[in-house]
Amino acid sequence: MRKFLVHICLISTLLAGAAKAELTIEITEGIKRRPVAVVPFGWEGNGQDMPVEVAQVISNDLTRSGRFAPIPVDDMLQKPTTGVDVDFDDWSILGVEAVVVGRVTQTGENAYDVQFQLFDVFGRDQLVGYRMPASRGTMRRVAHRAADMIYEKLTGIKGVFDTKVAYVTAEQRGNKRWYSLYVADQDGENEFKIMEDDDPIMSPAWSPDSRRLAYVSFDGNRSSIRVQTLRTGNFIEVSRKPGINGAPAFSPDGRQLVITLGGVDGNLDIYVLDINTRESRRITTHRAIDTEGSWSPDGRYIYFTSDRAGGPQIYRVAANGGEAERVTFEGSYNARPRLSPDGLKLAMVHLDRGNYRIAVMDVQRKDLLVLSAGRQDESPSFAPNSDTLIYATRQNRDGVLESVTADGLIRQRLASGQGDVREPVWSPFQRF
Amino acid sequence: MSQYKLIAVSLCFALLGGCASQDIPDPDPTDETYGSAGGADTDGYGSGGLGEGEAIDYDPTAGELAQIVYFDFDSYELRPEDTDIVARHALQLADNSGLSVRLEGHADERGSREYNIGLAERRAQTVRRLLLIQGASASQISTVSFGEERPAAFGSNEEAWAQNRRVEIKYTN
Repeated sequence: MRKFLVHICLISTLLAGAAKAELTIEITEGIKRRPVAVVPFGWEGNGQDMPVEVAQVISNDLTRSGRFAPIPVDDMLQKPTTGVDVDFDDWSILGVEAVVVGRVTQTGENAYDVQFQLFDVFGRDQLVGYRMPASRGTMRRVAHRAADMIYEKLTGIKGVFDTKVAYVTAEQRGNKRWYSLYVADQDGENEFKIMEDDDPIMSPAWSPDSRRLAYVSFDGNRSSIRVQTLRTGNFIEVSRKPGINGAPAFSPDGRQLVITLGGVDGNLDIYVLDINTRESRRITTHRAIDTEGSWSPDGRYIYFTSDRAGGPQIYRVAANGGEAERVTFEGSYNARPRLSPDGLKLAMVHLDRGNYRIAVMDVQRKDLLVLSAGRQDESPSFAPNSDTLIYATRQNRDGVLESVTADGLIRQRLASGQGDVREPVWSPFQRF
Repeated sequence: MSQYKLIAVSLCFALLGGCASQDIPDPDPTDETYGSAGGADTDGYGSGGLGEGEAIDYDPTAGELAQIVYFDFDSYELRPEDTDIVARHALQLADNSGLSVRLEGHADERGSREYNIGLAERRAQTVRRLLLIQGASASQISTVSFGEERPAAFGSNEEAWAQNRRVEIKYTN
């Protein structure tokens, strides 16, 4: 299949040091990118510039979704900032389906009002209009919120522009390799390092309230599982048993972790750990490798990887234990199961004719769709809208991040400029 | 239990004896230097003089003792040529109860990261079992699996992968 390549560079200054976020959007043929217009927002403030170019943020979000092609500002015949000034004929001539207008008004020293309206050009009607308070610190999120509402109105799919991604990087400094855990906005902005170590860090997992991350540390050459609160940076060590402590994932209620313990004899099994009491319950007892547990969104099942049948395949077991049931049968290697938040799709690493790729299985119909095209793709993680996944792939020697829609039609590459990037995990929806 | 261990240790010595003797070259009768130190410089049968000879002690600390053993693709079996390395470490541990080791298991980069933690742990456990069976005690050994997180060689090719499928034997005191 022939592919169109669209390269878009988004250069921006981040709060934590200047860094460059480069984004490549790769769109498979067949997707028509819908023409829309995001008119530069009006600004009423005392002297200074608008703290965040809200229209630019919305426009970039819509572009990055791969489903929309905002027209250049220079092509616009008018630049209205409120609905009453929109001349539908002007936009009709340009072939634009929808128009976004808005304005930012300063209401206090660090207080602003952000308002936007979305119009259907052919229907000559407003689809959504909203006003939100903002500070300088929250204005970017408010812009992503607006983009989420616009995206949902136009596609019927919930937007995930106001979400975050956590990931791990590795870089060589002198003769040591340093590992860092980062959290950034899903567009690569506001990247913050939340942990750094010269021993490996791996397997980050979001809590359902997106306030904490669980991950594996190898500090002191021993594995342990930590739960770190993002706001404070404080972490607690919830498991540090002899042998393997790995693969944490939060339960839907946020109170428990499914983890892998190996013990002194190295028999990896699935356990459920109560974060408060630190009591753990053994879920599997097989002598094979049982690992990479993750909950079904309804909390009833734990899906995991096991090589009890020879190669790795995906199984599921009731969350309170019992007999495991094999889930995958296609191919010789299926690992790292992650269910979509709507429970309908199961993402995994699938060996596809010699290549490790991201695949999604329809839970009802059981058919498998390979979504990625690399040789060593890994760590699939669903966006909270169940429509898009993020995963790691290789570019030359380094890991880079890609995202793909669950139907495989839109694939994008996101490089953070941070060396070898791996293990991306998409946050749940955030609350204000 | 201790009886079992004793048998295991003697088995180990038998094994080591066999291996060690391979390192001593057999005398080559066609070598002109052979026998020349024996005294009489004469031709003919019996004139070489074999002398008394002497027993050789096996010194487990002699020579460079490798700290890393490598594994084949998808394999958790020690390579036959590495059994000697592990045996010598076992002997050191058995002889010095104050010593302890950390076995660091590693995998190549292919496939899922946490699953690779499991595969690398299997390699570390292979070495652990061999150390235990040959006289080391459980309290002297800890294992840690780094999976693919700490590669010894970079690159996505068979050569790099072969160097990364390994167990490192590290003395912690």
